[in-house]
Amino acid sequence: MKAAQSILHTLALPVVLVATWWVVSFDSTNVYFPSLQRILQAFPATWLDGGMESRLVVDGFASVWRLLVGFVVATVIAVALGTLIGLLPRVRAYCEPTLELFRAIPGPVLVPIIGLFAGIGDTMKIIVVLLGCLWPILLNTVEGVRAVDSVMIDTAKSYRLSPRRRIVKLILPAASPQILAGMRQGLSVGIILMVISEMFAATNGLGFTVVQFQRNFALPEMWTGIIVLGLLGLVASVFFQIFESRSLRWYTGMRRAARDA
Amino acid sequence: MLEVTHLQKLYRTAETSFEALRDVHFTVAPGEFVCLVGPSGSGKTTLLKCMAGLMKPTSGTVRVADKAVAGPPEGLALVFQEYGRSLFPWLRIAENVELPLKELKIPGKERGARVAEALAHVGLENSARSYPWQLSGGMQQRVAIARAIAYRPDVLLMDEPFAAVDAQTRADLEDLVREIWRDLKITTLFVTHDIDEAVYLAERVIVLSSTPTIVQREMIIDLPSERDQLSTRALPRFSELRHDLYAEIQKAKTHSALTLTA
Ligand SMILES: Nc1ncnc2c1ncn2[C@@H]1O[C@H](COP(=O)(O)OP(=O)(O)OP(=O)(O)O)[C@@H](O)[C@H]1O
Ligand SMILES: [Mg+2]
Repeated sequence: MKAAQSILHTLALPVVLVATWWVVSFDSTNVYFPSLQRILQAFPATWLDGGMESRLVVDGFASVWRLLVGFVVATVIAVALGTLIGLLPRVRAYCEPTLELFRAIPGPVLVPIIGLFAGIGDTMKIIVVLLGCLWPILLNTVEGVRAVDSVMIDTAKSYRLSPRRRIVKLILPAASPQILAGMRQGLSVGIILMVISEMFAATNGLGFTVVQFQRNFALPEMWTGIIVLGLLGLVASVFFQIFESRSLRWYTGMRRAARDA
Repeated sequence: MLEVTHLQKLYRTAETSFEALRDVHFTVAPGEFVCLVGPSGSGKTTLLKCMAGLMKPTSGTVRVADKAVAGPPEGLALVFQEYGRSLFPWLRIAENVELPLKELKIPGKERGARVAEALAHVGLENSARSYPWQLSGGMQQRVAIARAIAYRPDVLLMDEPFAAVDAQTRADLEDLVREIWRDLKITTLFVTHDIDEAVYLAERVIVLSSTPTIVQREMIIDLPSERDQLSTRALPRFSELRHDLYAEIQKAKTHSALTLTA
């Protein structure tokens, strides 16, 4: 009952918006803004025809693959590096201004620069996604590691926990709420960069497909691509939310306990 | 067992230097139960951290079991004043107690047995699978104590462990600590600023002065070793000792190395 209610809550606004779009665009004669009805009619032929050869599978897979590899590699690098920086106050003081600067650079700027070095293949796109995801995860990890409770650190020291065990059992779990917040930011940056890098230079992928449609003036098809990208973002965020709430069960429990006390 | 020799600790910042400990000097015999009392801010936590190897003294030495302390020594457990911040909230109670034992490379089966025994000792056998934040303050502090006794230390340092728990829980925990000390023969140094608690628990009380701190006085607590919350506290000797200690602490509030050694 409660679950049904919360699903209703989450879906209410999107349903209203889609309905509004449907109604407002219903008798649209503007070629740039076809009616939602036409867009949806174009959807199956555009994305689903061909089974395993369909655009949804082929281009979707190409895009998701780039996104995942970039995101996962960025996470590994950022967490390792961020832990190191967070644990060493001197290194931190030295790096932090530079890191902030790098974070402030908008990711898309990287696309032409990296394109120069890495060509237009998968590698270029993965590197663009990776570099975009890296900064939010890195900075959040540094912050989370730095903020680990001093009493917990003293506890670990006084029980003579080895550095490895201290990192695995104390530092990383303590910093995990921050790390996951960084990963969530990183993921949304990653999706944006994935699409942009594919629009810029690619031979397949969702971003590439959307731009192809636009160049060929296939506007309803272009709109279906935008819907696919939106759904991809939605699915990614739902998966991430499930992952996050599982890893942080202790954290939400603790916060609830603190609130109720 | 514990030897603190001419310990001095200055807290230095860029411009200022604050002398918390001037010249603290005392010993604790193996198997002894000593309470350390002193006015608020007199450097009790500072002293304990130096003894536990968590902080470097400016000068002087600490020896635990005849070894000079450079880092956290083997066989020493420290129970913190801030129990809520000393348990790991992402680990269950049993996992919290078990973690230090993994570092000792104790085989899994024996670890499990030790954890169960320690939790039973503090009356928490039913909370093994809970998380720290699901327990009350008094229960959390008992987990911290269970973690310390499962570790089987030779030396147990406790920093105002019961300051934040209610009176009834506190009485129970006091008896628990006495019982553990007697059963396991752990050398215990217990910091408190509660006069009754110090007299009730200790064989000997060390009184610290205000900062810059020295040992102002040591008092032998010659009460029978069998203690009971009601009858021990009702003894005339208890009142006398309590009275003496009260006077001593009143004095400590206005005295420091500057007035006492002048
Ligand atoms: N990191 C620090 N830097 C500077 N001064 C400090 C630091 N830690 C403690 N002090 C000072 O040293 C003195 C002793 O502090 P400490 O915490 O050891 O006292 P305490 O006896 O444990 O007090 P309480 O009874 O309130 O727990 C205090 O005056 C405190 O302000
Ligand atoms: Mg203190």
